[in-house]
Amino acid sequence: MKKVLLGNEAIARGAYEAGCRVAAGYPGTPSTEILEAMAHSYPEVKSQWSCNEKVAFEVAAGAAIAGARSMTTMKHVGLNVAADPMFTFSYTGVTSGFVIINADDPGAWSSQNEQDNRHYARAAKLPMLEPSDPHEAYSFTKLAFDLSEQFDRPVIVRTTTRISHSQGVVDIGERKESELREFPINPQKYVMIPAHARPRHKFVEEQLEKMREYSYTSGINRIEKGKTKRGIITAGISYEYVKETCPDDNILKIGMMWPLPDKMIKEFASMNDELFVVEELDPFIEDYIKALGIKVIGKEIIPLCGELNSDIVDSALNGKKHSNSINPYAGTIPNRPPSLCKGCPHALVFNAIKKLNLIVNGDIGCYTLGVLPPYNAMHSQGCMGASVSMHLGFEKAWGNALARKSVAVIGDSTFIHSGITGLIDIVYNGGTGTVIILDNRTTGMTGHQENPSTGKTLLGDPSPELNFEALCLACGVKRVVTVDPIEKENLERVLAEETAAEEPSVIIVKRKCILKK
Amino acid sequence: MEKNIIFCGVGGQGVILASKVLMETALRAGYDVKESEVHGMAQRGGSVECCVRFGTKIYSPLIAKGKADYVVSLELLESLRKIEFLSDEGTMIVNDFKIDPVPVQQGVLEYPQDIKDYLNANVNNLLIAETESVLKEIGSQKALNIVMLGILSNYLEFSEKEWLESVKVCVKEKFVEMNIKAFLAGRSLKK
Ligand code: SF4
Repeated sequence: MKKVLLGNEAIARGAYEAGCRVAAGYPGTPSTEILEAMAHSYPEVKSQWSCNEKVAFEVAAGAAIAGARSMTTMKHVGLNVAADPMFTFSYTGVTSGFVIINADDPGAWSSQNEQDNRHYARAAKLPMLEPSDPHEAYSFTKLAFDLSEQFDRPVIVRTTTRISHSQGVVDIGERKESELREFPINPQKYVMIPAHARPRHKFVEEQLEKMREYSYTSGINRIEKGKTKRGIITAGISYEYVKETCPDDNILKIGMMWPLPDKMIKEFASMNDELFVVEELDPFIEDYIKALGIKVIGKEIIPLCGELNSDIVDSALNGKKHSNSINPYAGTIPNRPPSLCKGCPHALVFNAIKKLNLIVNGDIGCYTLGVLPPYNAMHSQGCMGASVSMHLGFEKAWGNALARKSVAVIGDSTFIHSGITGLIDIVYNGGTGTVIILDNRTTGMTGHQENPSTGKTLLGDPSPELNFEALCLACGVKRVVTVDPIEKENLERVLAEETAAEEPSVIIVKRKCILKK
Repeated sequence: MEKNIIFCGVGGQGVILASKVLMETALRAGYDVKESEVHGMAQRGGSVECCVRFGTKIYSPLIAKGKADYVVSLELLESLRKIEFLSDEGTMIVNDFKIDPVPVQQGVLEYPQDIKDYLNANVNNLLIAETESVLKEIGSQKALNIVMLGILSNYLEFSEKEWLESVKVCVKEKFVEMNIKAFLAGRSLKK
C-alpha cells in the first residue's frame, strides 16, 4: 500500500514490519519522530525514552543480545554519548537483530555542530546503510534487521535532516513477527575481557569483508548507466540532487556506506572518462576512492560545510546558475530568528539573571535561545550537560569569586541526561557554584517529550516522578531551593542569595512550558 | 509533469498541515510526491517553510531557485524571502498579515512598509489575500493554513471532492468540520 510518510515515520514502519520488539532512544532533532511514530502507531513494540543515548543504546543492545530484535534512535551528537557502548558491542555482535538509527544534521538546522557520523561506522567497524528517500528509509531499516542477524553485527542506518524530515511515497507492507531467540550462555562472545576481545576483533574484520562481498551482488549499491562518459558517485540525499541535475550521467549509488564496495568503485571508474563524488559534509567516499589510487574530483567543487541542494550541485557539475528575472527586493528584510514563546517561563529566569548581570554557562534546550536578544544571557554552551561541569571548570580557573557572579543553567531533561554527574563533581571537588534547573515539566525543544521527571513514559503510562530536590540533596548539595519564576522578586532574591553562598547550591525553577498539554 | 509549491510562514502557523493535505491529494491522483519540512529550533517563532513537489517522478525534496510554480506565504514579510524561488511564470499567494519578528519588536529593525507595492510592481501573477474576515467567520485563526490551501486549490487540477477527502484524512477528527469550512472559504476567495 502506498502512503506518504515522513522519513522518520518510514523508519518506524520499517522497524515495525521487521518485527522489532524493543526500541529505545533519546529525543533529538532530526531523529525524534521515529520513536514518537513507533509509540503512536505500533504499540506491539516496547518503545521508550531513555535518560540519554548511552542508556538507550545499552537498553536496545541488551534486548538484542538477550534475543529480541531491537532498535535505538538518536541524533548525530547523541551517538557521541553512545559511542562507548557502540565500539564494544561491535565486538560482541548480537543474538537477534540490532539496528542503530543515527540522524545527522548537515546545515545544523537544530544542532550545535555538523559532524559527519559516517566516520563512526569506519571507526567502530560497523556496517552503515544510507537511504536516499523515505521509501529507502523504510526498506533499508527493514533490511538492516536481517543483515544484523545474518552477519552478527549491529547495523547503523544513517539519515540526514533532509531524509528524516522529508516526506515521500512509501510502499508499505505487513509486520512479520520475529522470534524471541534464546539467550546463549557464551561469555567468549558476550563478556569482553581482553582474552575474549582479541579474537572477536578478528571476527569483526572478517564479517566486514563478508559484508563488502554482499554489497557487490545484493543491489544495495547500484550502477545506473547514462549516456555520457561522466561518472558520479553519490549517496543519501545527494543522490536525489544528482538525479535531478545530471540525468544523463553514469551514477554509482552507494546504499551501504560502510564497508565501501572497492570492486564496484574500480569497475565504475573504468567505465568513465571523468569521475566525481557528490557527498554532503566530509570527503568520506572521496578519501576512500583516492586511497584506492583512483583519480576523482569532489571537495574541490562541492562545499565541505552545510547542506547541498540541486542549485549547488547543478552549479558545481554543470556550471548552471538558477534564478528568475524578478527584481529582488531592495530594502532590508528583517531576519526572523527563533525565539522563546511569548509567556515562556525561561524568559522570567533570563530577565532575573540579566538584572544581576551574571555570567551564564548554558546548555541544550529551548533555553539556549537565552543567548539571543533581548536576553543576551548565555555565555558558554557546548553539549548536553556541559553547563554544570564547565561551571566547575570556570571556578577552578578563576577561583570562588567567579562562582559568586555566575550560574549554570540547565533544563530538566538535560540535567537527567548528563547534568547529574557534573553536579556530583562540583560537590566532590570543592566547587561552590550555583546550578539552576529549569524544570518546565517537559523536553521542550524537541517537541514536548516525556522524561523521568514528568511522571509519564513515552507510551503515556504513569511512572514515578524523579524528585530533583531529593536527588540534589543526595548528591551532597545542602542548599536546594525550589521557586516559581512567576514570583519575580522571590526569584531575584533567591538567585542573589544562592550565588552569594560559599557552597554549592541548586535552584529548581518550576513552571510548566506553556505549550505542554 | 511536475509541480513545485512552497508554503512559507512563521513557526506555529501550520505550514506542515497544509502541505500534508496537498500531498495526500496528489498521491491519491497517482502522482509521485516529495516534501521537505522544518522541525526543532527553527520552529520556535522563526521562519519556516515546506516545499511540496509532485509529478511523474520526483527526486529532490527541495525546490531549486526560480523553479517554484507557486509560493504560498502565510505572512507578508516571509514572501520576500522566497521571491528568488518563484519561477517567472509562477504565482504568488500572500496572506495580508504581519507578524513582527523579534528584531522589529525590539525596535532594532523596521518592518518594511512597501512590501505590497513591491510585490504588485514585480510579481506578474500575484494574489494578496484578505483572510481576516474569513477567519473571523470560521472562528479560529488556526484555520489560516487551510484557508490558504483553499485559495491555492483553484490553481491546481484536483476536484473539490478530492481535496475534501484529503482534508478528512489528514486532520484530527474533531477539527475536520472547521477545516472543511476553512478550505471552502479559501477556495471561494477569488482566483
Ligand atoms: S516550547 Fe515551552 S520551553 Fe520552549 S520556548 Fe516555548 S514555552 Fe518555552
